Amino acid sequence: MTKLLDIQNLTLRFKGKRTVHAINDVSLSMEQGETLALLGESGSGKSVTLKALLGLLPPKRTEIEGKIEVNGTDVLSLSGRKLQKYRGGEVSMVFQEPALALDPVYTVGRQIAESVMRHKGVSKAEAMSTALDMLDRVRIPSANRRLHNYPHELSGGMRQRVMIALALACRPRLLLADEPTTALDATVQIQILLLLRELQKEFGMGVIFVTHDIGVAVEISERVAVMYAGQIVEEGTTSEIIKSAQHPYTQGLLAANLHDVERGARLNAIPGAPPSLEAKPESCSFAPRCPHATAECRAALPPVFTPAPRRRVACVMAAPALAAE
Amino acid sequence: MSATDLFPALKPKTAAPESRDKGGPAQPLVIVRDLQKHFPVRGGILGRTQAMVQAVDGVSFEVKKGETLGIVGESGCGKSTTARLLIGLIEKDKGEIIFDGQGLGDALSLKELRKDVQMVFQDSYASLNPRLTIEDSVAFGAKVQGLDDPNGRARSLMARVGLDPDRFAHRYPHELSGGQRQRVNIARALAMSPRLVVLDEAVSALDKSVEAQVLNLLSDLRREFGLTYIFISHDLNVVRYISDRILVMYLGEVVEVAPVDSIWREQAHPYTRSLFSAMPSMDPDNRTQEPPLAGDPPNPIDPPKGCRFHTRCRFASEVCKTRVPKLQGLPGNAEHLAACHLHDATSGHPKAGQGVPQ
Repeated sequence: MTKLLDIQNLTLRFKGKRTVHAINDVSLSMEQGETLALLGESGSGKSVTLKALLGLLPPKRTEIEGKIEVNGTDVLSLSGRKLQKYRGGEVSMVFQEPALALDPVYTVGRQIAESVMRHKGVSKAEAMSTALDMLDRVRIPSANRRLHNYPHELSGGMRQRVMIALALACRPRLLLADEPTTALDATVQIQILLLLRELQKEFGMGVIFVTHDIGVAVEISERVAVMYAGQIVEEGTTSEIIKSAQHPYTQGLLAANLHDVERGARLNAIPGAPPSLEAKPESCSFAPRCPHATAECRAALPPVFTPAPRRRVACVMAAPALAAE
Repeated sequence: MSATDLFPALKPKTAAPESRDKGGPAQPLVIVRDLQKHFPVRGGILGRTQAMVQAVDGVSFEVKKGETLGIVGESGCGKSTTARLLIGLIEKDKGEIIFDGQGLGDALSLKELRKDVQMVFQDSYASLNPRLTIEDSVAFGAKVQGLDDPNGRARSLMARVGLDPDRFAHRYPHELSGGQRQRVNIARALAMSPRLVVLDEAVSALDKSVEAQVLNLLSDLRREFGLTYIFISHDLNVVRYISDRILVMYLGEVVEVAPVDSIWREQAHPYTRSLFSAMPSMDPDNRTQEPPLAGDPPNPIDPPKGCRFHTRCRFASEVCKTRVPKLQGLPGNAEHLAACHLHDATSGHPKAGQGVPQ
């Protein structure tokens, strides 16, 4: 079976008054039906990776090198009709702010139906019944009535459900979710997470879930890739990352989650702030903030260790840890 | 009889720092009683008031000297409105705010209150004037209040919050990162040497690694300056870490107040329990299976009658739809207050007096 996603040596720069090296040599692969959380802070390149996957970045200002394949299709070479068919058909996306992503002048039913008509070439009546079915599947109460509502008539949680229904209406193989629950309240967030988990099982699709919240990643995904300064610093199954994180950045993130921290105890905070990415990283990007940094870290890019299949750590520290085991 | 007794004006004017404590250590720093704020919703061609948003409705609580009170709740529950009422940013409709024994409006003017109470907001960029340098921003309040040497104060506080004054004093807000800007906001709040600092989602917009730094800073400052905090957040882990007591709000009302350990052990109100179980699990082998609540919080324009939570509560009975539960101490733990008929043996709820069932 072909891999669902295969990104190889993706490097992405934004050109303009100043150059930003947003993604630096990222490789990532996913099997069919997997859920992967991309974990990282703002500016680590999580959202840019998703946008590159959908070809949503402004072509004039973006320089992309490397290869992205989804189900064997070379995404970077797509254009025109083929790109339109790919977006929403093969891969679709749920955004953070459903109020901005939905069109305010059309009813939600019509927006879902439009996408179904475009991709499947069915009649309007048929598309509307698919829309109704989708609203049912995302557990919107009295879906028949909600079909004719405008986005502003719905609450935040309901809008995010509509957004998910819209993204899944054409049965994509891969769903990209860009912090879909960050703007929601805690009690609504957990509902949406569980819904996504159920729908993922039901449709058997792959999901890439971008988040900065480790707890959310644990709830939704089987695998986690941690990003820092446009690179993947650690990858593994969720329990590997949670229980035996090896990269100092991942360890710092886990500590900053405050889960199980003694009240009033001093937090083991990572000092400093993420780098600005104006230059291509020549050494470990995390070294300036790392408590274990040595001259070796500042001299060259860290080696990538693979302690187990599909598990990797980009840190010199990971090597002695292996030998000790 | 000495000369100073006859002529009080001859007494040396020493303003020792302790003299700011008027009520003594037992007097709570803040007492809020029956605070109420309703916002009108205008509409129609005449712009008449169509409805009222009951943002804060009958909120009462106390903050002791030197403690940190965490306020949690979902959006629209009135936590930010409460904070704004507390520092007089918006006018209250009803109720009393008593600061160290002095009622706001009678014994204490708004200007005097603001010497003692400062606030840090969520959006670090929007709350700084983009045309003022960092030093001017931090010194501004002290200048307005006529405190001595505002710029010297500003520079020493900048150093204290971890921003080198020589490097940062002449920068503008857009030249700083989010974490640095939030440090500026904290320095600005402290420039007035306040006694109470209200932190409204002050760390929510920061990245996790930076959030931990700011939390460490807040704990240090609290110890160093003997501050009292009101810490508003939607992140229960953060609130647990920093607070002594936690106050839970739902639709403009207080549903539970308790010391952190007590509420962490047992959530007495069904809403608090749902809120706690909505926290993502940190164990991949033991993920959440059932969402604790269905649907979104109701609209505060027309909140449910009786107990406002009854529309989403698993244990709701007839009495919950009609009678408003009173906030009262739990049997056996008077420090732990909850507003739920389940805990009131005389409420008429079929399961009254048995606590919240599992």
